[in-house]
Amino acid sequence: MAGIRVAGVGLTDFGESPERTGRDLFAEAGLAAIDDSGVDPEDVEELFYGNFMGEFAERQGHQGPLMAEAVGLDVPATRFETACASSGAAVREAVKDVRSGEADVVLVGGAERMTNIGTAGATEGLAMAADDLYEVRAGVTFPGAYALMARAYFQEYGGSPEDLANVAVKNHEHALPNDHAQYRSEITVEEALDAPPVATPLGLYDACPISDGASALVLVSEAYADSHGIDAPVAIAGTGQGGDRLALADREYLARTPAADDAAREAYADAGVDHDDVDFAEVHDCFTIAEVLALESLGFYERGEAVGAARRGETTRSGELPINLSGGLKAKGHPVGATGAGQIAEITRLFRGDHPRSGAVPDAETAVAHNAGGTVASAVVHVLEVAT
Amino acid sequence: MSASTDNARDEGYDDLLDAVADGEGYYLECPAGHGWLPPRRVCSECGARELAEEPLPESGTVETHTTIAVPTPRLADDAPFVTALADFGPVRLTGQLREIDPEDVETGLSVGVDVGESVTTGDRVLVFRPR
Repeated sequence: MAGIRVAGVGLTDFGESPERTGRDLFAEAGLAAIDDSGVDPEDVEELFYGNFMGEFAERQGHQGPLMAEAVGLDVPATRFETACASSGAAVREAVKDVRSGEADVVLVGGAERMTNIGTAGATEGLAMAADDLYEVRAGVTFPGAYALMARAYFQEYGGSPEDLANVAVKNHEHALPNDHAQYRSEITVEEALDAPPVATPLGLYDACPISDGASALVLVSEAYADSHGIDAPVAIAGTGQGGDRLALADREYLARTPAADDAAREAYADAGVDHDDVDFAEVHDCFTIAEVLALESLGFYERGEAVGAARRGETTRSGELPINLSGGLKAKGHPVGATGAGQIAEITRLFRGDHPRSGAVPDAETAVAHNAGGTVASAVVHVLEVAT
Repeated sequence: MSASTDNARDEGYDDLLDAVADGEGYYLECPAGHGWLPPRRVCSECGARELAEEPLPESGTVETHTTIAVPTPRLADDAPFVTALADFGPVRLTGQLREIDPEDVETGLSVGVDVGESVTTGDRVLVFRPR
């Protein structure tokens, strides 16, 4: 089985750029990744691309070939859609492709244009990741679904809105030096608790923003990196994916995300590591409660224990297990289709030492990216390592 | 006339709402007792394909709830409203909880199910009311 290296990464700024088309966003990220990699563009053999709501936001389907063209590639190109885990799923397929020997060099990433359709439009678009018949028609929104999970969590395990506010405060603080982040301003627990409600018990500061943006990675086989003198010190050592029923009402658990448990178990086994080996992680904090659920699914905390992790300082940049040093979806932003590959771009830079928060993890060897779709009916987990 | 239409019914879903509106709600149950809402051809818990219509219990219990302040455009004029998940024994239902002050909603509340209308669109909505 071929080892996989991250040869290059590219990110647009995440934020509000309603006038920019998806193809322009992805072109910026894709070209940046190719430039960062030092790989000859002629060597790229395939594009794996994640996007969730392109038809709804831009009236644009069939985005795979459009995005290949946008970065100047004449290669087979396929779009992957698993809601907010779309580019995580694209990375997983890219990893499998290179491992199988089908390709030595691939481009993978994602893009989303969202702010052009406004808050109401984005709310409608994001809700399409839920069950239309039985959830959306009854009023479930994306924040609403996580609010239902948050209250179920409080009911089953305890925890409070103040605990969740600490997650938001932490991730805002982490994002301060990140040039790509949408929010680079500190907030306080009091401000978070006083913010207007979106869907009780979640308020405005519990929610990630609506974002435009793109991300891209050049992945190469270890053999290609060696034979072409490509400096690629970060490896994708493990990949895993899990699934669950789409509607919350049809699930066994309302306060757990078993799809992420399964994805983590598979990714750890694939990499030959345990959760104890993980030095830091980027997790899918579309809402503050989502970070809590992620930390428990990844095995870092027992059920009911992760809700206080940020408050106790364990997951801050100076804590034992820094979580979302990029600022996470909460502060860096969440251009849905770009998020999964974007997490891996951030981890790669944190390892390489060229991320403004690299100083928080100077000796790190193992990290995890956790990317979730909808209310975690899809989950993709990757283990990254500093290659030896 | 073409069979193609902009306003086709959603078989299964609309049939269930018709039945709930008539006070004859049902769910689909497999031989092992796993419950589901239509349309459904196979039990996603055990794989059984023999699903039988069983009468929906008259009351359910609120398991979790949220007051939605930022709705989708389809429910723009309905907000704020309470959406809840309620345990009806073998199935859980998702519905709008009405006829109660949102501040007074608690988990464990006993509710019945009915069909209401969206203020915004007039579309049908599965609704709960305290019992």
